[in-house]
Amino acid sequence: MTALAETGSEPVLTAPARIAPRPFGLVRHSLALAKRSVLKTLRTPEQLLDVTLQPIVFVLVYVYLLGGAISGSTEEYLQFLLPAIMVQTVMFAGMATGVNLNTDIGKGVFDRFRSLPIGRSAPLIGSVAGDLIRYVVAIASLLAFGAVMGFRFHTGAVEVLAACLLTVFFAFCLSWAFVLIGMLMRSPGAVQGTAFLILFPLTFGTSMIAPKETMPGWLQSWVDVNPVAQLMDASRALMLGGQLGNDVLWVLVWSVGFLVVFAPLAVGAYRRRT
Amino acid sequence: MVWAFEAEGLVKRYGKTTALAGIDLRAERGAVLGVLGPNGAGKTTAVRILATLLRPDAGRAAVGGLDVVKDAAKVRRLIGLTGQYASVDEDLTGTQNLVLIGQLLDLRTSDAKARAAELLAGFGLSEAAGKQVKTYSGGMRRRLDLAASLVGRPDVIYLDEPTTGLDPAKREDVWTMVRALANDGVTVLLTTQYLEEADALADTISVIDHGKVIANGSPGELKRVVGGQTVLVRPSDPAHLDAAGAIVAAVAGRKVESPARGVLTVPVDGDAAFTEIVQRLARDRIPVTELSLRLPSLDEVFFTLTGHHTKEDAA
Ligand SMILES: Nc1ncnc2c1ncn2[C@@H]1O[C@H](COP(=O)(O)OP(=O)(O)OP(=O)(O)O)[C@@H](O)[C@H]1O
Ligand SMILES: [Mg+2]
Repeated sequence: MTALAETGSEPVLTAPARIAPRPFGLVRHSLALAKRSVLKTLRTPEQLLDVTLQPIVFVLVYVYLLGGAISGSTEEYLQFLLPAIMVQTVMFAGMATGVNLNTDIGKGVFDRFRSLPIGRSAPLIGSVAGDLIRYVVAIASLLAFGAVMGFRFHTGAVEVLAACLLTVFFAFCLSWAFVLIGMLMRSPGAVQGTAFLILFPLTFGTSMIAPKETMPGWLQSWVDVNPVAQLMDASRALMLGGQLGNDVLWVLVWSVGFLVVFAPLAVGAYRRRT
Repeated sequence: MVWAFEAEGLVKRYGKTTALAGIDLRAERGAVLGVLGPNGAGKTTAVRILATLLRPDAGRAAVGGLDVVKDAAKVRRLIGLTGQYASVDEDLTGTQNLVLIGQLLDLRTSDAKARAAELLAGFGLSEAAGKQVKTYSGGMRRRLDLAASLVGRPDVIYLDEPTTGLDPAKREDVWTMVRALANDGVTVLLTTQYLEEADALADTISVIDHGKVIANGSPGELKRVVGGQTVLVRPSDPAHLDAAGAIVAAVAGRKVESPARGVLTVPVDGDAAFTEIVQRLARDRIPVTELSLRLPSLDEVFFTLTGHHTKEDAA
């Protein structure tokens, strides 16, 4: 503190110069806040357990419990399961964004952000965008673990990358729905509970763990319209080869739909909450 | 005249609770306004409205002549806020926290870094600059929090209970900083629960209770209303109580009280009386274990102003 006095005649704390606003504020501010979010995640790696360890446990359980029954061999079943469970993993990571934001916005840091001359939605956009790092970590750790267990791609790098990007884009767009829930609910527990109600039919009402043909008719009709099922089929086709069909197109349409509906709603709820 | 900031008739309700019941606060450019009030008086609510975080239900507030609701975006370029609860990011380092705020204030990254280094040095945090905030002590956190609200060189700065929870030495540090700010021409709104703190820093003190201003004036005026300082003497040897009491009574010209065994207190009008008591005790060789001059506590202030104690609020 003594340093304060030593600064002498030049006022270090303040000075008349006013900072001029620069263009593209929302983009720059959101990026700066996204970087904050990434730094926070990297500094607290234990927060990544839900996207690293948890999916691995799922894989182990499914492969060794169901693999033999469904595919005749665990090896074969792993090929079937992994491209689909990648989708589920990334979607759960998107849900965590909503849960974490619900805790974060009550803290003093968000008050400070709100007192700064930045767009009201910048902290929200920054947090959601910054969480993309969690998706990347989730995919990387799952694919690495899959490889160790014996999973092999049957297509080229471009297709595999396309599967990952499509999954990330879909989860990012859908995560705005969880952000909306995060803005509407009082406690993180309530957010998580509600999000699970949405996530379960979406991720399990698919061919993720068993082929569609083995399901009752009503469930098959749900699988047919469920965008997550289409995403899982697309992911399989892109990683293992096979008929791609219209799945990619439909997934993109759904993604954009989620984004344009839920992102503005979430931003609006965030403004009202404060 | 244009006030640096001004609030008029602010009302804010939370359900059945009336946090603010028509409050007026204002400060001239470069002045320090002390807002003194007990828990739940409405200090934080008033600060949040002036900082554009909350809309008032009625009344108006302006900073530099700009309305905090209609011109919120412009107001945010003029203000700095240090909230009651830490508003820095625990997981980031001191530098990362300040650089982020600089970037959000539209500084170029290189300028933001320079500004961060300058402020960290000014607050004696250079060494801890690269460490995560969660490793900081309470005092360091407070300093970083204050530094964070100065990145944009604000005209007006709000400090919501900046010394609550700090030990006396750290409190002095914050006081030094607030004085430095005022010297630089920054207008400061400082909330506190200590009359001593408001007295030490503020040009004007507004005492608030239940969302209303119940007294307003310079520290001198306020002390005239609530009574000046109190001298407390505790002779080392209880046998000296009567002799000490006689000296204290003679100097103060008032009735001496004994709030606890072996302790004498008496209200005095100025510092001179204290000096004289010290000298006379020394002359008569009366050793003391405790001798102090203090301002009335917030509770005593409230009792004088309202006839009830602050703690009765809960009842
Ligand atoms: N978000 C809120 N919801 C409901 N009631 C609130 C809310 N914020 C404040 N209050 C109530 O409004 C009143 C004033 O609160 P405020 O936080 O402004 O007081 P304060 O003077 O800052 O107190 P403290 O010294 O404890 O910080 C209190 O009765 C408080 O319980
Ligand atoms: Mg408060």
